[in-house]
Amino acid sequence: MDYILSLVVFFPIVAGSFAFLVDAKSVRVFGIAVAIIEFFLSIVLWLGFDYGIDGMQMVEHFSLISQFGMSYYLAVDGISLFLVILSTFMTMVALFALSIEKDIKNLIIAVLFLETTMVGVFLSLDIILFYLFWEASLVPMLYIIGAWGSERRIYAAIKFFLYTFAGSVLMLVGILYMGHLYYETTGIWSFAITDWYQMVLPFNLQLWLFGAFFLAFAIKVPMFPFHTWLPYAHGQAPTIGSVLLAAVMLKMGTYGFVRFSLPLFPDASIYFMIPIAIIATVMVIYAAMVAYAQEDMKQVIAYSSISHMGVIILGTFAMNTEGISGSIFMMISHGIVSGALFMLVGVIYERRHTKMMREFGGLASVMPSFATIYAIMLMGSVGLPLTIGFIGEFLSLMGFYRIDWIITMIAGTGIILGAVYMLSLYKRSFFGPLVNDENKKLKDLNFKEYSALIPLVFLVILLGIYPKPVLDPISSSVKNMIRIMDKKVINKESKEILYKANSIGGGR
Amino acid sequence: MNSLIVFIILIPLLSASVLGLSYMYSIKIQKVPRVFFTAIAVSAPLASLLLGVFFFFKMQGETKVFYYRAYKWLSIDGRDIDMAFMLDALSLFMVLFITFVGWLIHIYASGYMRDDDGYGKFFFYFNLFLASMLLLILADGPLIMFIGWEGVGLCSYLLISFYFEDEGNLKAGNKAFIANRVGDFGFIVGMSILFFYAGTYGFDYVHLAQEIPKVPTDILSYAGIALFVGAMGKSAQIPLFVWLPDAMAGPTPVSALIHAATMVTAGVYMVARFHFLYDLVPHVGLYIAYVGAVSSLFAALIACWQKDIKKILAYSTMSQLGYMFIAVGLGAYSSGLFHVFTHAFFKALLFMGAGAIIIALHHEQDIFKMGGMRHKAPMLFFVMLIATLAICGIPPFAGFFSKDEILLQAFAKQEYLLWLFGVLTAVLTAYYMFRLFFIVFYGSHVNTERVLHPLHKSITYPLIVLAVGSIFVGFLGLPQVLGGDNLIGQWLHDFAQVKPLHVGHTTEFMLMGLNVLAACVGIFIAYKKFFTCDLSIEHTMRGWAADKFYVDELYEKIFIQPYKILSQFIGNVLDLKIIDAVVMNSSLGFIKVGRFVSRMQSANTNFYALMMIGGLSVLCTYFLIVLE
Repeated sequence: MDYILSLVVFFPIVAGSFAFLVDAKSVRVFGIAVAIIEFFLSIVLWLGFDYGIDGMQMVEHFSLISQFGMSYYLAVDGISLFLVILSTFMTMVALFALSIEKDIKNLIIAVLFLETTMVGVFLSLDIILFYLFWEASLVPMLYIIGAWGSERRIYAAIKFFLYTFAGSVLMLVGILYMGHLYYETTGIWSFAITDWYQMVLPFNLQLWLFGAFFLAFAIKVPMFPFHTWLPYAHGQAPTIGSVLLAAVMLKMGTYGFVRFSLPLFPDASIYFMIPIAIIATVMVIYAAMVAYAQEDMKQVIAYSSISHMGVIILGTFAMNTEGISGSIFMMISHGIVSGALFMLVGVIYERRHTKMMREFGGLASVMPSFATIYAIMLMGSVGLPLTIGFIGEFLSLMGFYRIDWIITMIAGTGIILGAVYMLSLYKRSFFGPLVNDENKKLKDLNFKEYSALIPLVFLVILLGIYPKPVLDPISSSVKNMIRIMDKKVINKESKEILYKANSIGGGR
Repeated sequence: MNSLIVFIILIPLLSASVLGLSYMYSIKIQKVPRVFFTAIAVSAPLASLLLGVFFFFKMQGETKVFYYRAYKWLSIDGRDIDMAFMLDALSLFMVLFITFVGWLIHIYASGYMRDDDGYGKFFFYFNLFLASMLLLILADGPLIMFIGWEGVGLCSYLLISFYFEDEGNLKAGNKAFIANRVGDFGFIVGMSILFFYAGTYGFDYVHLAQEIPKVPTDILSYAGIALFVGAMGKSAQIPLFVWLPDAMAGPTPVSALIHAATMVTAGVYMVARFHFLYDLVPHVGLYIAYVGAVSSLFAALIACWQKDIKKILAYSTMSQLGYMFIAVGLGAYSSGLFHVFTHAFFKALLFMGAGAIIIALHHEQDIFKMGGMRHKAPMLFFVMLIATLAICGIPPFAGFFSKDEILLQAFAKQEYLLWLFGVLTAVLTAYYMFRLFFIVFYGSHVNTERVLHPLHKSITYPLIVLAVGSIFVGFLGLPQVLGGDNLIGQWLHDFAQVKPLHVGHTTEFMLMGLNVLAACVGIFIAYKKFFTCDLSIEHTMRGWAADKFYVDELYEKIFIQPYKILSQFIGNVLDLKIIDAVVMNSSLGFIKVGRFVSRMQSANTNFYALMMIGGLSVLCTYFLIVLE
């Protein structure tokens, strides 16, 4: 158990390298086997997780470049634990459903490489290490979109890469500046985030640094108006790429806000709270409306992701336990639901080679199981209670309600608009008469697809009914984080806001 | 012991899961006999009913309220929301009649849907609905109630779009879901306010009732109105009623169970359940009462000009719900619930009778194409007569007592305008119901040769049971002035009026007489106009009321079309042509700059030499100046 974190991070890449030696015919099975082992490793991590500790645990810390305080520093807490499990789980499930034949070996290796970087992002506490994983995750995704995508894949892949990369570079500047600042104040170099948590920064510096980090995270999320790379990436990516992009990679951005922006720059975060909340609200409504206008099924889901990410941002910037825990729970629920929805689009795309909704209609009568699972995921997406989607959405909105009820109300209309575009999608694709001849002979789900989708259905319902095992560690770690913030705030006004956000009845 | 409460919900839920899975099995692998589906589907509501009866007898003893906490559902920051259930007088009252009427409708549906391919699916949804409805009722706090609240909405959507090949059904289904979502949004807002201001010690009714008096009145008013928006959606009141008439697209048992007897009354139940909140904000209650009164008159007016038998009944449902809201708005919760109770019987009967007529006439829904059913189907004639008399408020049928009690409450509270609305609606109700009745049963034959489709026993027997109910259940709430004990009022005494009414017995009798008179006036007009109605000539309905006051068209113009156009604009222009273009242009700018700068590396030796000389001279000048 001592090195479980390193094992979870590096197992996929090491095992993946061996895939080069495996015969192309059996590489799929090999990849699935690696993903299953990796998933079990993350479950072992969960079993070993001590619910009593709300801070970091299972720490692994070695000095790498001691002159500059860079170290190999991994640890896990309630916030990152489930994001790690989400990554390993979704990778596994996405590999189950994988049906691409072309260059399968390279694809599997790329996916396993991606898995390592994703898990690495969530577990690294040394910010240089974090940055390495953060940037390294772009490469396999670039390759997945660029090599296995549809017609305009190169354009989409490069757009994705350059856009997100441009944002991250600014973050690197911020990181280096912070490191330097830490050296100036303490006399030693350190890039460990837990060390940085101790450092109190002057307000105007916080504003600048917040901005530097903000751009990287905002593009990744993606926040309005930096979202335009996402529809292209989803539109062109193969199913497995879309699944991992939506389910895990977008969460890196929101995770960044929770792990870095909020505790490192508490005053700046509170200062920008309302403007960001307004952007988040715009995002919710804007993306919902764009989703409604789409003709392409995959684009509807891509834009619905943006809309849901808006609620996550809103919850994060509520700065209280409900809001942040809700937003982290929603990262997980959205990961599962949107991943499943992209997988479902992949199912029909593979059969019909189109994603245009006008080509479908009446699918429910030829593919009843497919339609049923789709409906369940849809309900998860619109946030029906007792599905996984409700809890995160409800808590996020509830959290921000304490800050500003008008913004919350406006963002809350997302629950109406979400139903509008999703029901319209379902109506156009699954209901109605079966007109198109090509749809009449469609086959329902096969074993491979069932094996990927059934676990997701179970999770959507199970965690909706009983979210406690996930929600409890999240909320205790979030509480710990808010304590850190509270210790660090310097402005009197921000202290008041933080107090108001965390007290019942609005601090009356 | 108390854990048995959960089984009231779990049995239908379990049965729904079995039905759903075996339906999947049936279409995928091997056909499952219909009898299997029927047995499971029909026994679930019966089992819940028996459990309800069991608790009814338990409640005669010491314990009046049963609690059961299943587990912690959400726990945030020390504030827990339990998956917990509560069975008190009110919820048991609801459980009993819902499972009873629900059971009868299940039996009826087993006959109605017998030749349908989606038989198993239908009962899967039906039992799922029942489970959600019972969850809504047995919840011990607003958030758990909300689970059921959304669940019934989902089932309603699924059942309205049951025949999904037809575009109209789908539109109706989506409309129902979205209109309900608008209401749910209000409900969530209301819940958030309560959670925020009164949820410190727990988010269940008991704790909320303790905490709410400490909250400022204006905030409570907001909460009350927001929650009522939820009720407007679910119970089809102005302005969110538009979905209910369209919801008639679903199979008739659905209309009977969901859109008449049970789900639509959830809003009334909700207001009664939150009586501790609405008692403190009587002005919000008055607002609710007025919304109810206006809705009830409005719907009754529209119903007078409709041709589709199910649409007429749908508007009459909306109108009767209006009555219930008058009562609960005025704080007379038990009177409102009494009407919920009697209404469940006669309205379910009306729908099921209408369904039987529709089936018998081979899916004909236009009343002007029916006619002469009196001789062809005497059994239907009698049950429909009973139900019609009951809804019109003719003594001693069920509707009379409950309607009378509501109007009496309005009068006694000196809300004469509300009372007037109620009496006018009563006239109209009698008119449009007897219009329907006379045309369908007395109208001259359209085509005499038409052979009626035979009705299965499972369709006719429940009708008889409900007809008996529609005659007698009113006596359960027999007012004291007529020598009764008002058993319903006693049972719901926690929710009844605290203050005694200051109305003399003479006034009470006079009001009663007036109500009967109002009904008779309506019946008389209908008799004059429609008793000998010639159905061979074309009957067209014109005017504002026939066109439903153009509300649908208005909503289309002010909400739906603008939303569509704006979405198209944002999706196709703003997002692609403006925001994305800015991004792309700024990155293209980089390329342009790069191209420009790249000219310097033109591999032209002369140009390089020129650059070198230029650079050197600049350097020299610089040094010269600095060294000076």
